[in-house]
Amino acid sequence: MSGTNTGPAYTGSYLQDYGSRRGLMAWLTTTDHKRIGIMYMVVMFSFFAIAVLLGLLIRLELMNPGLQFVTARVYNSLFTLHGVIMIFLFIVPGIPAVMGNFILPLHLGADDVSFPKLNLASWYIYMVGALMALASLFVGGGVPDTGWTFYAPYALRSNTNVSLAVLAAFVLGFSSILTGMNFITTIHRLRAPGMSFFRMPLFCWGLYATAWIQVIATPVVGITLLLVVMERSLGIGFFDPARGGDPILYQHLFWIYSHPVVYVMILPAMGVVSEILPTFSGRTIFGYRAIALSSMAIALVGYVVWAHHMFTTGISDTARWIFSLLTFLVAIPTGIKVFNWMATLYRGSIRIEVPLLYALGFVFLFSIGGLTGLVNGALATDIHVHDTAFIVGHFHYTMFGGAGIGFFAALHYWWPKVWGRMYNRKRAMWAWGLIMVGFNTLYFPMLVLGIMGMPRRYADYLPKFHTPHLISTIGSWIIFAGMALMFFNLIRAIKHGAKAPDNPWGGTTLEWQTTSPPPQLNFATPPVVTTGPYDHTALRAAAAREARP
Amino acid sequence: MSAVSKPMEAQAAHHEHRDDEGSKTGMWLFLFTEVLLFGGLFIIYAVYRHRFGTEFHEAAHELNKVMGVTNTFVLLTSSLTMVLSVGALQRRQVAASLRWLWVTFGLACCFLVIKFFEWSAKHHHGIWPGGEHLHSMPSGEGLFYNLYFMMTGLHGIHVLIGMVVMAVVAARISSGHINGDRFGALEYTGLYWHLVDLVWIFLLPLFYLTN
Repeated sequence: MSGTNTGPAYTGSYLQDYGSRRGLMAWLTTTDHKRIGIMYMVVMFSFFAIAVLLGLLIRLELMNPGLQFVTARVYNSLFTLHGVIMIFLFIVPGIPAVMGNFILPLHLGADDVSFPKLNLASWYIYMVGALMALASLFVGGGVPDTGWTFYAPYALRSNTNVSLAVLAAFVLGFSSILTGMNFITTIHRLRAPGMSFFRMPLFCWGLYATAWIQVIATPVVGITLLLVVMERSLGIGFFDPARGGDPILYQHLFWIYSHPVVYVMILPAMGVVSEILPTFSGRTIFGYRAIALSSMAIALVGYVVWAHHMFTTGISDTARWIFSLLTFLVAIPTGIKVFNWMATLYRGSIRIEVPLLYALGFVFLFSIGGLTGLVNGALATDIHVHDTAFIVGHFHYTMFGGAGIGFFAALHYWWPKVWGRMYNRKRAMWAWGLIMVGFNTLYFPMLVLGIMGMPRRYADYLPKFHTPHLISTIGSWIIFAGMALMFFNLIRAIKHGAKAPDNPWGGTTLEWQTTSPPPQLNFATPPVVTTGPYDHTALRAAAAREARP
Repeated sequence: MSAVSKPMEAQAAHHEHRDDEGSKTGMWLFLFTEVLLFGGLFIIYAVYRHRFGTEFHEAAHELNKVMGVTNTFVLLTSSLTMVLSVGALQRRQVAASLRWLWVTFGLACCFLVIKFFEWSAKHHHGIWPGGEHLHSMPSGEGLFYNLYFMMTGLHGIHVLIGMVVMAVVAARISSGHINGDRFGALEYTGLYWHLVDLVWIFLLPLFYLTN
């Protein structure tokens, strides 16, 4: 397996077209994991932008008490759409489909995923699902207004276009399953010679745990959503109390998937942070095995905590305390990760760069998200905060503060590798500052509001809630400005950025050993692995050898 | 992928590296998701059987046991012929492999025909999801029949998909794309077919033999 390959597929950039197809057609028929990753990126961030605008509208309506801009019905559709797009189109497939596709084979030293054609098919299936979700806005009885959870019995009764939206979620789930299968097989089969499981970068471990959840949990929600469609069209009555069915059963089946899926959102982001911290601390990660195995532990325990979404539905006390206990157990592997990250920074030679700032932002925001999660996991306090703005604040801290900021961290860390260009460092830091300030201004008041008793999903509220709502809305403008600046900076870099070196951050994992951007087949010299993933000593020694005259 | 220039050719050659073990891993993962897909329905069945034991008992009387059991034999036999087809191809007996594959196809077809008669008999009595008679039944029996149609329906769709895949595989065996050296596609079709068979083996006692 040694020797250097020559030829355009090994020396040029994957961004150039090879073969007979050019331009758009070359992209749409590609089986190159890097191009597929970028195709996901383009589509996902378009949807992300739409959902952000919807979020801004929600905040605008809530700025003052009373109804100013939209009716209560439109407001219901706004938060449903915001949720459906953010969850099913952006944050669940987000990091795995974009960064996972791009980075996983590079991390493993492979030239592609195990099933490249299936990978492209997953993208097309994703597109079909996305278009169905879009179509549900314009055809039939109007925009769905059930909330992203499609709870029965309302989802069975609503005259809006729930069936198509539900079917869209089913199709998107199918795409997610195929990606998961692809990644598991890739990790098992395509690691470079010498790369044992415990020499894999931690991002791969994150993706591995994620892929298992995708494969295990998604089919259950798939069949459940299909049954909702059947119920709406044929009246089969499984979840309809009028026909002997049980709406609580729907909630069980829904959360059997949808709770594990929050770990699909967060585990890859945790993997990203585990990549960034050792690079900018100039040392190996603290507690490699503990971090790797805690990802698997989170996936495992996360599968059996679903009923903590249902503490107020009248399920038995025994079920409640068992699920509460299990929920608290998830905090343990999560805590292991956070402490190991901190220990990695301790006495490292830290370089303040943009990816590190985002990674630290992740740890800060996700810690708030995690700790407020324990408030919801405890039975007594959950009764108080259930269905209040506290819940909204909590899951935005975990999903946006965690998965979202982790995604931004990944973008800033790998952008030079993806495009071969550097972004403006100073502008990126300003954007980061705005995002962090805006984030907390936007979501922290929600936690306070929830404790005060502000219910979620209401278009109107009592005057006593005004001040926190006003602060929150101002925060939404700050974070929007920050994200606009961030995307402007990143997109501008693609054309106008300075040329990026192969290894701009001094990273030790395999993707930094190939060129920026990588060639079509990733590695001119097939990599052979002899050490763990974060061996900075070897990197420094090599740099010293080169520096010697 | 018709017009191929030089670098593409090199790339194609490079991507040709075969990984049978990898493909099989992928297939087993897929089958695993299929089990879980049906699993959701089995959970619903368990919950309502527990809640409406008597009604399930009553309703199960109405199902045609003879047809159910006949279909079980048909499907089990088709699993056998599928194995014979895979075995024949591995021994490079292309003609025999094709013959057994088409027999499997025929048995699958036979299964669906019997199923069709069963369903249409029920349909005739207004027992059909959304049908009038089914609507007027006590909720437990209604749920039983709706579950029956959802589960056997989903299973039937799987049989249909299996038949399409078999036809494609048979065509590719005839054209030599699938052969004694690369029989993966046929083998995975077989794995899928056994799963379809396995699901039915659970459906039979749960619906036809509960009383």
